[in-house]
Amino acid sequence: MRGAKSAMWVAGAAVVALAATACGSGSDSAGGSNDGIVRAWWGDPQNPLEPANTNEVQGGKVLDMIFMNLKEYDPKTGKANLEAADSITTTDQQNFTIKLKPNLKFSDGTPVTASSFVDAWNYGALVTNKQLNAYFFADIDGYDAVHPAKEGAAPTAKTMSGLKVVDDHTFTVKLTQKFSTWPDRLGYKAFAPLPKSFFTDHAGYLDKPVGDGPYKVVSYSKGTSMKLVPNPYYTGPSKPKNKGVLLKVYTDSNTAYADLQAGNLDVLDDIPAEQLSHAKSDLGGRYLNQPAGIIQTISFPLNQKAWNAPGMDKVRLGLSMAIDRNTITQKIFQSTRTPANDLTSPVLGASGGYSSDIAGDATTFNPAKAKQLIQEGGGIPGGHMTIGYNADSGSHKQWVDAVCNSINNVLGNDKACVGAPTGTFADFRNQITKGQMTQPFRSGWQMDYPLIDDFLTPLYASDGSSNDSHYSNPQFDALIKQANAEPDTAKATTLYQQAEKLLFKDMPVIPLWYQNGEAGWSSRVSNVTENAFSYPVYTDITVNNG
Amino acid sequence: MPDLTDATTATGTAVPDAATAATVPAGQREKTRSLAGDAWRDLSRKPMFYISGLLILFLIVIAIWPSVIASGNPLACDLAKSQMGPTGGHPFGFDTQGCDVYTRTVYGARDSVAVGILTTLGATLLGSLLGGLAGFFGGFWDSLISMVSNIFFGIPILLGGVVFLSVVKGGSVGTVTLFMVLLGWPQIARIARGAVITAKQQDYVQAARALGAGNTRMLLRHILPNALAPIIVVATIALGTYISLEATLSFLGVGLKPPAVSWGIDISQASNQIRNAPHMLLWPAGALSVTVLAFIMLGDAVRDALDPKLR
Amino acid sequence: MGRYVIRRLLQMVPVFIGTTFLIFVMVYALGDPVAAMFGDRAPDPATAAQIRHDLYLDHPLPVQYLHYMGQIFTGNFGKAATGQPVTELMGQAFPVTLRLTLVAFAIEAVVGIGLGLLAGLRRGRFADSSVLAFTLLVVAIPTFVTGYLLQYFVGLKWGLANPAVGDGAPLGDLILPGIVLAGVSLAYVARLTRTSVAENSRADYLRTAVAKGLPRRRVVTVHLLRNSLIPVVTFLGTDIGGLMAGAVVTERIFNIHGVGYQLYQGILRQNPPTVVGFVTILVLIFLAANLLVDLLYAVLDPRIRYA
Repeated sequence: MRGAKSAMWVAGAAVVALAATACGSGSDSAGGSNDGIVRAWWGDPQNPLEPANTNEVQGGKVLDMIFMNLKEYDPKTGKANLEAADSITTTDQQNFTIKLKPNLKFSDGTPVTASSFVDAWNYGALVTNKQLNAYFFADIDGYDAVHPAKEGAAPTAKTMSGLKVVDDHTFTVKLTQKFSTWPDRLGYKAFAPLPKSFFTDHAGYLDKPVGDGPYKVVSYSKGTSMKLVPNPYYTGPSKPKNKGVLLKVYTDSNTAYADLQAGNLDVLDDIPAEQLSHAKSDLGGRYLNQPAGIIQTISFPLNQKAWNAPGMDKVRLGLSMAIDRNTITQKIFQSTRTPANDLTSPVLGASGGYSSDIAGDATTFNPAKAKQLIQEGGGIPGGHMTIGYNADSGSHKQWVDAVCNSINNVLGNDKACVGAPTGTFADFRNQITKGQMTQPFRSGWQMDYPLIDDFLTPLYASDGSSNDSHYSNPQFDALIKQANAEPDTAKATTLYQQAEKLLFKDMPVIPLWYQNGEAGWSSRVSNVTENAFSYPVYTDITVNNG
Repeated sequence: MPDLTDATTATGTAVPDAATAATVPAGQREKTRSLAGDAWRDLSRKPMFYISGLLILFLIVIAIWPSVIASGNPLACDLAKSQMGPTGGHPFGFDTQGCDVYTRTVYGARDSVAVGILTTLGATLLGSLLGGLAGFFGGFWDSLISMVSNIFFGIPILLGGVVFLSVVKGGSVGTVTLFMVLLGWPQIARIARGAVITAKQQDYVQAARALGAGNTRMLLRHILPNALAPIIVVATIALGTYISLEATLSFLGVGLKPPAVSWGIDISQASNQIRNAPHMLLWPAGALSVTVLAFIMLGDAVRDALDPKLR
Repeated sequence: MGRYVIRRLLQMVPVFIGTTFLIFVMVYALGDPVAAMFGDRAPDPATAAQIRHDLYLDHPLPVQYLHYMGQIFTGNFGKAATGQPVTELMGQAFPVTLRLTLVAFAIEAVVGIGLGLLAGLRRGRFADSSVLAFTLLVVAIPTFVTGYLLQYFVGLKWGLANPAVGDGAPLGDLILPGIVLAGVSLAYVARLTRTSVAENSRADYLRTAVAKGLPRRRVVTVHLLRNSLIPVVTFLGTDIGGLMAGAVVTERIFNIHGVGYQLYQGILRQNPPTVVGFVTILVLIFLAANLLVDLLYAVLDPRIRYA
C-alpha cells in the first residue's frame, strides 16, 4: 500500500513538475487588476493547519480568517465579545454553561453544533493526536485521563469528563478548579469548532481547511499561496468588505517589500527593520506602526548557581538599568519598539493590568546606579557574560550587540558582554528547554489572549509551561492562584499586579521593549488596520476601484 | 578510468614533496638553470609582482600591528552616532552600532586575511595532494578520492557549517578555517586531477617515462610545473571567495563570533543597510576587493613565471 | 566505454550510501527537532514523546537510518515539518531550481568563456585588464550584496524586471537571479579560460595550424578553444551541483521556492526527511554531472580514451 501510494506521489510530482514547467509565465495574474482581491504577504505556516496544532503567527492568521470562536477579541480594544456563543454563564466560577447562536454554519454548509466544539476540544486534548496546544485544555476536568503528564503513558479515556453536550446548541464545561476569567480565553483559536469532515477525511481537510469564520478557503497550494473568498454562510459581525484575499508566501520579507513597492503585493505586515527608515517615504504614508501584544526580554538562567547566588538579584537589576532602551529602540528599531516599563503589554490597557510605573526605576537607564548595583552584588559572574540568541531569524544580532555595548559602556569594559549566536532556532530552544543555558539569553512572548494572566502564569509560575528562566517563588505562585479564583475582574487584576511586582524585586528577566505591529500597503487598497495580535484585519480592507 | 598507460605500479611516496614543491619550488637545485631560478628572473622583471607584493606586505603588517595606522578601539561604540557619515577624526563614518568604520576596517584585516590565507593554503595543499594523487596514479586511488570528494561536495555549506561549528563550539579563526578547508579541498582536487591527467598525456612526459624517469622525478620535474597553472588560478580566486564565505558564515551566525572583528562580519551587517548607510559596506568591501586583487595579481605573476611554455 | 560507464555507476553506490549516512548523522547531531515545534514554550513531555515516536526518533541512530533508507527505496521520502510529503516538495522545488540553474549555467558558460577567450587572446592589453577588474569585482562582493543591489536598481529603480519571481517562476523572471547566481562561478570560468587559452595559443599544434594557413576563426574555435576547454569543462561540470544547492541566498532574495530554499527550511526546522531527501537527489545529480564531465574529456581531448 505504502509503495503504491508513494508511487502515486512521485507520479503526481512529475505531473506538477511538467505543469509548472509548461505554464511558466503569466500564471501570476491572480489578483492583479479589478477583481477586488487583496494580495497579502504570508509566511509558510510551520505546522498543519489544525486549530489546536497552530502556535505561530502565520498559521494563526489563517485560522483567524476562517474560524469564528465562542468569543472573539475586538480588533481595537482587545475585549472578548461573544460571537458564536449566545451566552456563557456560571454561578461558581468552575461550572460553565455555553449556549450557541442558532443557525451557525461551516463554509461547507454543515451546521455548527455543540458537538462541533466538544469533539474539537477532545481531539485537541487527546495525547495521541499530538496537538501542540493541548495544554490549553488542561483546565478542563478529565484532561489528565486523555493527556497523562507522564512521558509515554497511554491515555485512559478518549474524551474529557468535564465536557457534556446538553442539546444541539448547549454544552457544559467543568473546570478542575475555580477560574473566573476562563471564558475570556475562548477567543484563542485552539478553542475553534471543527466540522464533521475534519474527522472523516483528515487529509482532505488539511489540504483545504473548513471553518465557520468570515472567509472560506478556495485553494491552498502548500508553501506557495492560499486563496480565500468570503464565506457565504457566515452570519457574524465581521463580514468581509473585499472579494477575497490571496495570501502569498515569500522567502524573505525584504523581497516582499520590493514586491510591495513594485505593485505586485498589497499588504505587508512584516517590514524588515532596515527598510523602516525610508518606509514612510517609499510608501507615501501607507504605513502603520502600533502597539501589539508582544514583549521582548532577556532571561537569566536561574537554574545556574552563578546567576542565582545571593546578591545576584542586585547584579540582574543593575544590568537592567545599564541598558539604554530609548536609544536602542530609536536607532536600531526606528521606534517600532517601545521601551518596556512592565512585563505585560500596553494593549491590555490600564484596566486590563498594564501599568507604566509598576517597575519603579528598574527599567530606567541609569549608568551610575547600574554600575554601583552590579559592583555591590559582586559583579558579573566570572567577569564577563554573553547574551544568547538564534541567528536564523529576526535580526537579533543588531539589538543584542547594542545591548551589550550599552552594558560595556556602563561598566567601562569593552569585553564584559558579547552576543552569543546559535545557528538555528531549534538548537537554541533545545538548549533552553533542557536547562543547558549557562548565560543569559533572549526571550520573547506573544500573547495568546489579551489577559494579564497570559503574560505571567506561563512564564513565571513555578510550573509554568514556558518558565525558561526557571524562576520559582512560592509567594508569586500563591498570588496567581488567588487571582485565578477571584470572580471580580478588577480585584483579580490587582492580585496579578501584586505578583508582577515581585518580579521586579527578583528580576528573573530583564524587560526590554514592547514590539509594535507594522504594516505597509499599496495604493490599490485602503482601510488597513491591525488587531492586538498584530494580524491585519483582513475583513476591513477595501480594494480601490474594485 | 582514464587510460593512463603504466602508472599503476607507483607508490605514494613522492606526493608530499609534490605538494610542498607547489609553494616552495626552491627545493630543487640543478647545475643548469633551475625552475625556481628561472621563475625568479622572470618575476623580478614584472611590475605587477612588485605592486601586488607590496600590497600584500602592507596587509600583513597591518594585520599584525593594526595600531600602527589606527589609534582607536574597534569595540568602542556609541549608539548615538549610529550610521553617521564621516566627521573629523572618523574619515569613514560610523556603523549601525556607532562603531568607527575606519578602525574596524583596519582591525578587520587580521582575522579576514588569516582565514583567507590559511584556508587557501590548507585547501590547496590538501586538494592538490589528493587530486594529484588521484590523477597520477588513477585506478583505486582515483576512485577512492573521487568518492570522498563527492561525499564532501554533497554536503550543503549551510548544513555543514551549522553542524560543524555547533558541535566543535566554533567561532575562532582556527575552527572556521578548518571547516572551510574541509569544504574547499574537493574543488581544488578536481582541478588538480584534471590538470595532472592532461599533463601526463603530454609527449615530453611520456618521453621522460620512456627514458626511465621514476615517479618522484616525473611528478616534481614534469607534471607538477605543468599542472600548477590551473591550480594557482583557482586558488587565488578561491582566496577571495573564502573571505566572502566567511562573511556568509557570519551572516548565518556560524562564522567568527564577537568580539572578533572581521570584514566578513561587517559586510554581512552592512549588506541590508545599502540604502541607509552605503559607507558601511563600501570600506570593508573595498578592503576585501583590494586584498583579493593583490592575491590574484600575485598568483598570475607567479603562474606565468612558473610556466616554462610562456617564456 | 560501456564497461567504464557501468564501473562508474557502481562506484556511485558507496558514495550515495556514505553521503546519505553522513547527512543523516549531521541532522541528527543538530539535536532534537521537537522542542522547536513548540515555539517559545517548553514542550509538553507527553506530546513531545508522542511526536518523537511518530517521527521514529525514539530509536537508535543506525536503526533510524536503516528505517529511512528502507522507506526511500519504496519511494517514500517521509514528511516535512508541515506534514507535506517530501516528494511533493521535491516535485515543486526541483523544476524551479533546474530552470534557474540552466539560466545561470548558460550565462556562466557563454559570458565566462567569451570573456576568458577575449582576455586570453589579448593578454596584457586593455581588454585583459578590464576582464580581470570585472571578475575581481564579482568575486569580492558577496552574493547577498549583488542580489540586493540588482534587485533594488534593476527591479525597483529602473523597473526593468520584476524584483521578485512570481508564481510558477516564469523564465523571464529568472534572468536577474540567474545573473546573480552565475556571478562568482562566471569569474572562475573566465579566469580558467583565459589561462588555458593563453597557454595553448603558444602550443606547437596551433602554430602548425596557423602556418598551414587555416583561417583565424577556425584556428580559434576548433584548435584553440577545444583544447583549452578541458579545465573549464571540469569546473562547469562540478559547478552544476553547486549551482543547484548553492542557490540558498539567491533563492531567498528573489523569492524562488526552489531546492535551496526548501533545504534551508529543512535545516532550520531540523527536519531530517527534507534535508536528507533533497541532498540525496542533489548528490545523484552531482555524480551524474561528474560522469558526464569525464566522458566529455574524451570528446574534447582525443588523446584520452576510456577502457
